[in-house]
Amino acid sequence: MPTPRLEVTAARKQFPGVLALDGVSLILAPGEVLAVVGENGAGKSTLMKVVAGVYRPDAGEVRLDGRPVRFAGPADATAAGVSLIHQELNLAENLSVADNLFLGRERTTAGPLRVLNRRATAAAARDLLARVGLPADRAGRRVEALPPGEKQLVEVARALGLDVRVLIMDEPTSSLTQRETETLYGVIAGLKAAGVSVLYISHRLAEVRRCADRVLVLRDGRNAGELTGAEVTHDNMVRLMVGRDLNRFYPRVHRSGAGAAVLEVRGLRYAGGPDTPASFEVRAGEVLGMAGLVGAGRTELSEAVFGVRRVTAGEVRLGGEPLRVRSPADAVAAGVLLVPEDRRLHGLVLEAGVGFNLSLPNHDRLGSVLGVRPRAEAELHRTWIDRLRVRTPSAARPVGLLSGGNQQKVVYGKWLARGPRVLILDEPTRGVDVGAKAEIYGLIDELAGRGVGVWMITSDMEELLGMADRVAVMHEGRVAGELAGPALTEEAVMRLATGGAAA
Amino acid sequence: MTRILGVLGLLAVLYAGLWLSSESGLSGRSLTSLANDQGRYGVVTLGAALVIITGGIDLSVGAVVGCAAVLFGTLTRDGLHPYPAALAVLLFGAGVGLANGLLVTRLKLQPFLVTLCGMFVFRGAARLVGTVVDQSQVTEAHPEFAGAMNALTYVLVGKDEKGALVFPAMFAWLLALAAAVGFFLHRTAYGRYWYAIGYNEQAARYAGVNVDRHRTVVYVVCSALAALGGLLLFLDSSTVQADSAGAGQELNAILGAVLGGCSLRGGEGTAVGMVLGAMVLPAIEKLVTFVGMGNRVIPVVIGLTLLIGTIVDELIRRRSRLRG
Repeated sequence: MPTPRLEVTAARKQFPGVLALDGVSLILAPGEVLAVVGENGAGKSTLMKVVAGVYRPDAGEVRLDGRPVRFAGPADATAAGVSLIHQELNLAENLSVADNLFLGRERTTAGPLRVLNRRATAAAARDLLARVGLPADRAGRRVEALPPGEKQLVEVARALGLDVRVLIMDEPTSSLTQRETETLYGVIAGLKAAGVSVLYISHRLAEVRRCADRVLVLRDGRNAGELTGAEVTHDNMVRLMVGRDLNRFYPRVHRSGAGAAVLEVRGLRYAGGPDTPASFEVRAGEVLGMAGLVGAGRTELSEAVFGVRRVTAGEVRLGGEPLRVRSPADAVAAGVLLVPEDRRLHGLVLEAGVGFNLSLPNHDRLGSVLGVRPRAEAELHRTWIDRLRVRTPSAARPVGLLSGGNQQKVVYGKWLARGPRVLILDEPTRGVDVGAKAEIYGLIDELAGRGVGVWMITSDMEELLGMADRVAVMHEGRVAGELAGPALTEEAVMRLATGGAAA
Repeated sequence: MTRILGVLGLLAVLYAGLWLSSESGLSGRSLTSLANDQGRYGVVTLGAALVIITGGIDLSVGAVVGCAAVLFGTLTRDGLHPYPAALAVLLFGAGVGLANGLLVTRLKLQPFLVTLCGMFVFRGAARLVGTVVDQSQVTEAHPEFAGAMNALTYVLVGKDEKGALVFPAMFAWLLALAAAVGFFLHRTAYGRYWYAIGYNEQAARYAGVNVDRHRTVVYVVCSALAALGGLLLFLDSSTVQADSAGAGQELNAILGAVLGGCSLRGGEGTAVGMVLGAMVLPAIEKLVTFVGMGNRVIPVVIGLTLLIGTIVDELIRRRSRLRG
């Protein structure tokens, strides 16, 4: 057997109160793609950070091309050819793509003045961009002007510029469209061919199945198992991740057919939106899935309905009555509630406690001008922490310290405490571990069963097909078509999303 | 909590210094007069701190103090009865806050710039209203106002008709106002909204909080309290000058708020902390005079105190983060 590119033996890492890694081992051959999966808290991120030199292991060994290495920090690891691409991107948004590609190692003239050599930079940038399939004209653009998917590819290009030998990708597709994801697969295939080894972390098991040679499953900081070839199935991965079978991952227990339209969107246009108006309806008791490529205007449409964006034409009806929404406060008062795509930015006050966040939209029920009633508030906190099984030591715990899944449950909790008529879910399980996902799906099913109209925007095809009763597909700002029953297939969704006609 | 401990420690050191440096021992009278100064600072600090909690900043506070002081003096000198004049000054303050709030929320201008402009505008306005106003001018022009002026001075400042300090009324007002601020901040939904806006304005908006209205309200409260500070300044002093009245108060108020545990990033701060933070600066000034270093040293001492406080605070935070 040839020397492995990377070998981690019995890595152990203790944090105060948490044993994050309890003897994890892995082997990565040159030109191999190894996917690492596991629930949040299973130790994936810690393992990656140990490999990338962010953390030093308390025990165990990391070998690179057979030689033991102890990185002093990420810069040290990068110099040795180990690069980590973070889930939250590390780009200087206000600089150009080319500036970012060579940040910290600018092409400059010799001498102390270090005048930037624009021509050499531009040429090298074009070369790197070509390797990740981005057009050359991107080099001069400011990063903030790029769509999220292209930013991710810029990160990959930057790593390529560093002569990377081991590339670690943490949830690389969480903000990518289907098409960009395909491009990324192409880039990964190219890296493999060039002998670069890739560690690929993802929650999306379908992707793992597509692009990984082998899958390492972690659970509770230990190796739970490894899967190769035909063993790499959704069920096998989930079984190893949670240590039990997840029957009815996408439940349809409570739903009993849709009722009348509860939310009708007719010819809606909004400030800064496309010229094409959007029309669709959400019925009581159903889960309406909304598919489309990133940039198709799904999030923007939901923000217009929720009052974040100003509506310029068309109308929204709630239960048959016209609904005028000038701000989210109006939408919330009417019972149209949004679980936003970016929970850290829009969904939660991260620094504040779990209870603070649960109370925030419910103060009209928790007391009067003369103050919040502590007992009613404590009751609300207890109820929703228990019912949603939010894993938190107390209601006072800052919500930013919880795992992604538990954070997301708090977002649901603050709305469920109000009682929604229409619940808009924008990427309802993004960055959420498998266990919490199953719980959230159960919750969505239960809500629809109680007559809530659920409008679920998602880029996760499995989630879409698994949860939605009906699917509206958006293309360039309008609803290009609706699918249900046998017509609802992955191919049909993609055809509509990319501008094709319904079959 | 640790932040309040820090400012408590600082105050303990300052009072111990005052105790040791006064030859005749710390007299009740000098403590009372110090408390009264702290009250006047504190009233202005409360408002500035509320703005800071919501993630904003108000640099126009000092100019509003000066403008309000001169305005009150001029209005009464020109024949407006002191009671309606006092009310007019408070309304002027509220109006300034409303303008600040609307500019920040409706036009989406940066609070720093809006209130920096206000700082120039109201300092200039104070000069246009009148360069120097004496209390004696008022009572000479309108002897019939003497009773009302004395009553206001007694109730708001705690000085009798001869100008002698009877009780630290301004400190009492600070405590009363701080109690009110504390009630809203810590016991009502409004306070929750203010903290939420300060931490994450977007999340508050998405939770259905009327962010614009709450931010505006806080600017109104801040400027109204600054106007009250101007009124107190006029009643407390025999004369006010448009150029110097309240000058630098905006920074003193911000300093007091930060010493009391408010974070300039927003979302943090307590009513108790605001009072304690506001007590520091007057105590430093008093100590410097007691020690006999002279007024010129005061800015240096204040700057160094805050710098050291910031460094200690940061070190404590790092330590607790490592532990946590």
